Amino acid sequence: MAEQVSGRTLGMGEIVDTGAKPFELAPFGTELAQLGKERTEIVGLTADMGRYSDILPFRDAHPERFFNVGVAEQSLIMTAAGLAKAGKISYCTSYSAFITRRAYDFVAIACAHALAEVKIFAGMPGFMNGYGATHQATEDISMMRGIADLTVIDPCDATELKQVVRAVADIPGTVYVRNLRGKVPVELGADYRFIPGKAQVIHEGQSVGVIGTGFMSARARDAAKVAAEHGVSAAVLHVSTLKPFDKDGVIAFAKRFDRLVVTENHKISGGLCTLVVEALYEAGLMKPMVKVALADSFFECGAQAWLEHKYGIDLPRLVQAIVEGR
Amino acid sequence: MRRLMMRMASGKGEGYIAQGLAIADFLSAMYFHELRYDPADPHWPGRDRFVLSTGHYSIAFYACLAEAGMLQVEELPTYGLNGSRLPMSTFENVPGIEVCGGSLGQGLGQSVGMALAARLDRNGARVFSELSDGELQEGSTWEAAMSATTFKLDNLVALIDCNGIQADGAVHVAIEPVAEKWRSFGWDTREVDGNDLAALTEALAASREPDGAPKAIVMRTVPGKGIPTLEKRERAHFVRVGNDEWDDLTAEMEAHYHG
Repeated sequence: MAEQVSGRTLGMGEIVDTGAKPFELAPFGTELAQLGKERTEIVGLTADMGRYSDILPFRDAHPERFFNVGVAEQSLIMTAAGLAKAGKISYCTSYSAFITRRAYDFVAIACAHALAEVKIFAGMPGFMNGYGATHQATEDISMMRGIADLTVIDPCDATELKQVVRAVADIPGTVYVRNLRGKVPVELGADYRFIPGKAQVIHEGQSVGVIGTGFMSARARDAAKVAAEHGVSAAVLHVSTLKPFDKDGVIAFAKRFDRLVVTENHKISGGLCTLVVEALYEAGLMKPMVKVALADSFFECGAQAWLEHKYGIDLPRLVQAIVEGR
Repeated sequence: MRRLMMRMASGKGEGYIAQGLAIADFLSAMYFHELRYDPADPHWPGRDRFVLSTGHYSIAFYACLAEAGMLQVEELPTYGLNGSRLPMSTFENVPGIEVCGGSLGQGLGQSVGMALAARLDRNGARVFSELSDGELQEGSTWEAAMSATTFKLDNLVALIDCNGIQADGAVHVAIEPVAEKWRSFGWDTREVDGNDLAALTEALAASREPDGAPKAIVMRTVPGKGIPTLEKRERAHFVRVGNDEWDDLTAEMEAHYHG
């Protein structure tokens, strides 16, 4: 599937607002191929989603350490766990929807419960696939953060994703990463450093505090710049690690603002919005809040930009939330 | 091993004693004839792996690990008690236990991963993966079965315990012919009496063939094996044993093997 956005062809599962921004091609697989040269214990796996998960650069660099188990997500996770229990670090890929919904028990028991060194790079999470309910993992954060001893990360851009590829090798146990594929925008500065478990301010402002995760954090920053033209100053806190959740960081950030916007490429329930509400309530901190996230629903097929507009997670919706507080 | 199991189960009502007794001969063939391991260094990277997928066979596995020198016999009576390291379903917390086995259908696929790792490391390790006839009903088993053939894992042996029972009673899903299924999936398959030690050791020895095909040994076992009264009792996941029966049944077992 290809879509016409901003005058160029958008590949399936690419971020809509790449637009004229600088981008990197296949940052996940490119970085993993390099890391694989440095660490020979790394193996790569896919369940027939090599092409669409960007892991092919690793396959080409290290064919003897790459395994395609076919269209079998349970097998993918079991095989990754077995390799890990025999001393490897298993990077495995498929679509987010298939790994989370179909292989959930395998991730929980074969991987997380055993503290197995399995690093799941889940493709096309949330609204990054226009194929409808089967392919749209709009509840993956909610599902995965329900598993104990599992780390959950939603990177913002190519810069952060490449750092996450390296960092997860040293985060003990099983890690679930929302992967970004194809032409991935470069949004964060060269001085940005991913710190596991730490939320970071990526844009400063005075009156509105925006809390985001994944590529929605970058979109929130774009929205904050538009909002400034309307006389509203907003800051953006990027929460890349959703589990463990940086409660203290979020509370300290929220205290600084009159009102808040929380945004994620995920359902409004069970993910970042829920985490923020829980943290603030426990801290006795009540602020007006607008949530820019997906409804509790199954969604249609369609071009990503159209879906994002219809279901209210696109740039104009974020600008409205920041400027008008509704 | 059977004597240890009877001591562990008595007083607790049951404890999967029928399955445990059924698989004792196989574990004996495995641990005292075929498996390469070091009791003093259970995490030795080059060890053969034994993956027990049916976690509820733990009663037999703990007794076996005690006989193999990886568990203290004194710890066995804690089996199934609150806070024990030896729960009724296996976890990876005990040396010698490679995977958490309670959620059926997860063992063979992990064994595929371990066999791939052994090949990458060229350490000569082999992987022995136990599963049960009830477990063949889990679809993930067959995903792993296809995978092993695809990767030509001749260092992997599937050991299928066909005891004819599952949680609700006798196996009622149409899983036969089991051996033919494995053959059709590309596995080099043998079928043996799973309570015949000589037949088991012979099949395990034959499984060493480096011919590019994964190996399957279909073991026909008898629940409650070694205690004629239990062998004849209703085929059930939890065989019924009265509190007053344990001493008599143990005596019957001693007479069966040593009488």
